Amino acid sequence: MSAFSAIGDDREIDRDEFTPGIEPQATWCPGCGDFGVLKALKQAMPEVGRNPDEVALFTGIGCSGKLNSYFNSYGFHTIHGRSLPVARAAKLANPDVEVIAAGGDGDGYGIGGNHFIHTARENHDMTYIVFNNEIFGLTKGQTSPTSPKGHKSKTQPHGSAKTPVRPLSQSLNAGATYIARTAAVNPNQAKEIIAEAIEHDGFAHIDFLTQCPTWNKDAKQYVPYTDIQQSEDYDFDVSNRQEASEMMFETENKLHEGEVLTGRYYVEDGRPSYGQEKRQIGEMPEEPLAERYFDEDAEWERTYDNLLEHHK
Amino acid sequence: MTDNELIWRIAGGSGDGIDSTSQNFAKALMRSGLHVFTHRHYPSRIRGGHTYVEVRAKDDPVQSRGDGYNFLLALGDSFARNPQDEAYYGKEELKPLYENFDELREGGVLLYDEGLLDESDVEEIELEEHAEENGWHLVPMDLRGIAKEHGREIMRNTAGIGATAAILGIDTTEFENLIEQNMSGDMQEANLSVLEDAYEAASDLDIDHDIEVPDGSHDEEQVILSGSNAISYGALDEGCRFISGYPMTPWTDVFTIMSQHLPEFGGISEQVEDEIAAAALALGASHMGVKSMSGSSGGGFALMSEPLGLAEMTETPLVLVEAMRAGPSTGMPTKPEQADLEHVLYTSQGDSARVVFAPANIRECYTQTRSAFRIAYEYQIPTIVVYDQKIQGELRNVPASHFDEEANADPGSVLTEDEIQEAAHHASGKFQRFLHEPADGSNVSPRSVPGQKDGRYLATGNEHNPSGHISEDPENRIAQMERRINKLDDIRSDLDENTSHQTYYGPEDADHGILVWGSQQDTVFESVDRLNENGHSVKALGVSDMMPYPVDEVSEWLDSVDEALVVEMNASAQFRGLTQKEIGKYGDKLSSLLKYNGNPFEPAEIVDGFETSINGEDLAASNMKYLPAAGD
Ligand SMILES: Cc1ncc(C[n+]2csc(CCOP(=O)(O)OP(=O)(O)O)c2C)c(N)n1
Ligand code: SF4
Repeated sequence: MSAFSAIGDDREIDRDEFTPGIEPQATWCPGCGDFGVLKALKQAMPEVGRNPDEVALFTGIGCSGKLNSYFNSYGFHTIHGRSLPVARAAKLANPDVEVIAAGGDGDGYGIGGNHFIHTARENHDMTYIVFNNEIFGLTKGQTSPTSPKGHKSKTQPHGSAKTPVRPLSQSLNAGATYIARTAAVNPNQAKEIIAEAIEHDGFAHIDFLTQCPTWNKDAKQYVPYTDIQQSEDYDFDVSNRQEASEMMFETENKLHEGEVLTGRYYVEDGRPSYGQEKRQIGEMPEEPLAERYFDEDAEWERTYDNLLEHHK
Repeated sequence: MTDNELIWRIAGGSGDGIDSTSQNFAKALMRSGLHVFTHRHYPSRIRGGHTYVEVRAKDDPVQSRGDGYNFLLALGDSFARNPQDEAYYGKEELKPLYENFDELREGGVLLYDEGLLDESDVEEIELEEHAEENGWHLVPMDLRGIAKEHGREIMRNTAGIGATAAILGIDTTEFENLIEQNMSGDMQEANLSVLEDAYEAASDLDIDHDIEVPDGSHDEEQVILSGSNAISYGALDEGCRFISGYPMTPWTDVFTIMSQHLPEFGGISEQVEDEIAAAALALGASHMGVKSMSGSSGGGFALMSEPLGLAEMTETPLVLVEAMRAGPSTGMPTKPEQADLEHVLYTSQGDSARVVFAPANIRECYTQTRSAFRIAYEYQIPTIVVYDQKIQGELRNVPASHFDEEANADPGSVLTEDEIQEAAHHASGKFQRFLHEPADGSNVSPRSVPGQKDGRYLATGNEHNPSGHISEDPENRIAQMERRINKLDDIRSDLDENTSHQTYYGPEDADHGILVWGSQQDTVFESVDRLNENGHSVKALGVSDMMPYPVDEVSEWLDSVDEALVVEMNASAQFRGLTQKEIGKYGDKLSSLLKYNGNPFEPAEIVDGFETSINGEDLAASNMKYLPAAGD
């Protein structure tokens, strides 16, 4: 039996394989948008033909971080804001494994903001789903980096004086090569976008609008939505940086005004992913590094054989 | 005092090539059969500013930098001659001369480059008067002029070596060989000519001093290298193929060496956005089955505290290096201290289980790094190698055979796919990654890695049940916590059996003891010899395993002495505190000799401190502190 026989098996995959048999009780509140992400992710998996053993899902901390518990794959529930650096290394260590990272808006755009910028910049081949509910869920409703200006919470009783972050524009500026926004209330689009993101060779960022009925009382906050690819009002080229940038800017403004736009915003094909770049310059091996540890024929050099010469 | 030894100090400005010149000097002496040791002093400045390196050479192994020095090659600071209006340089070009007065021994030789200095300035520092007082032999030479004749002034270094060789009667063959090996073309030729000219010019001077460069020979082939080299090679020999880091002095050294070599070994190096990311990446690669490491110095290591805890909770192997420098905060970036011990032992929340090694010297940098990897991957636990600026910067010769060990690429307690098929699975389909009671009776529950068939599990920093699901069940909590913590006992037994890192030194039946950890061990051993020569009865125990603490070894040794002086480079006696905490007694037996001025101990200081402590006197030297035993 080979060391990683789960990888590359080409049988038909059923979405139910991603539902664990018996499972811990759901701890998400009824009506939580996070259920929508879980469902869309499970539905996308058969489309991309990946089985549970060849998928590694890295999450941060927050309600979003629970995703791992209900999604049957290899999982790593890391720490607040740090899913991306853990996931990045996983991809470099074994590029054959499908790497998906997920976290909340506080997790990804706040505490993990620096990692977000740098992971996008490096264009790692992975998918990053941010559950954007404009609030800190798990710690009980504090203002988050995406909360609208003036948002009142227990920690900001006078209303936030900060303008919310612009995740789409930030992502584009940082260097992500696939950027989309979808919403839990839009399941078909969500599934398609997740599948596209996984198949994209490079850093794919999905800003996933998820309602939090518990702390953001309006459970219908993202309804109605407009799919910009379906609407006649919006016509732009997703591969054109300039046009994408303008569209993102408009989308972000409109969300603050209560109008929800979703869809693909930027798709750049052809730019090599970070792993490919590293291979090209000779800083990463051709074969997955992780496999070498299971290969009985692998040669392991001692430093004595070459490096010590310089010290004689 | 100590005869037949050369302690040669080369001083100049940072950027004047002091480092490479001293390295070649030490290597040439080693090749000629001597034992060598280098000590490096440099300011927190990039170009210019007074810096020096000492090379101590003897015919038997050198334990420390020694006390003072007997030959100064003062090159002058070439970066000081360009004063800017905005910032004042002062008389910096003179610093390599006068800042080194203090430690030059009586009768020593002072060779300086007069080509770089104004005569009137030299008069100002009263060089002649100092020389007369101390019996120094002054040798002004126009090294700069000799270098310029053959092209470039930077070759002042080579001129200095040529002149040193002539004055000390050292054969220049090895210097020539090194120039031929390291340079080519015009540069090679020019340097050879400079070497020869300076040698001849200095021979003509006929200086009458009584420094004797010893003769020596080695029984086996030697290599000369630094602690950072040794840590890196230990990691590579253990199959480490992934490193992630963010620069911080002095950790940068290991990071640089690894980054330069990993690609040629088929590995990956990543310079990332910060230290949290650095540790998180190493963790991510290790989770996938690749042997990885990261590291930093004080402040950067503080940022790694959370990923470190995550490694503990998820039982993911992780090797970190902590290169100490003087703190708190950014402290003194280029000065050694041993004050991050408690930081590495206790940082991160909860009851934590990690293993901490503190190598004594370059040999142990290699062996303990190998242990750090073996233990981390076998026992699924984070391990930390903590060392300091002193070992980082010093070069020493070690028999090449010390590194001639088999490579060990074994990823430790990872299952093959066949083994996963046989292993227990949860009804949810998940593999039982965190068994309460692993089959072999050990505390290690073997893991799978992503991509393996049927090995799915959840790694989480939350408390979890055997299949990795988050759980707050009290019984599960106890079982998991105990299994994680009890690994430390298993590791202690394993180390005792296989690779004890403690070093016993001096006569077994001595009355007094000196207890020392990490980089100060070899210096203490040199002092122990001197103390016994002075009629005292002293032995030493050097401890290199910090956690799990070698309780039995240390207690037994402490039982065998009347009292013990604990020597360490910090102000709060951290290692003494650890010893008392771990053993739970000896408060009345342990006193401390502490130094925290940015410089490591010299053997004579330890001799002084010891004599002060047994005579019950106050310490005369102001650069150290004596802390009596609790019962005193
Ligand atoms: C270092 C650290 N700081 C704070 C916390 C506490 N904490 C847990 S979840 C969370 C906020 C999560 O908000 P968000 O990322 O928006 O996710 P959501 O719960 O809304 O899905 C915080 C602050 C933590 N676990 N770790
Ligand atoms: S608090 Fe909000 S985000 Fe968290 S589970 Fe409940 S609804 Fe979902």
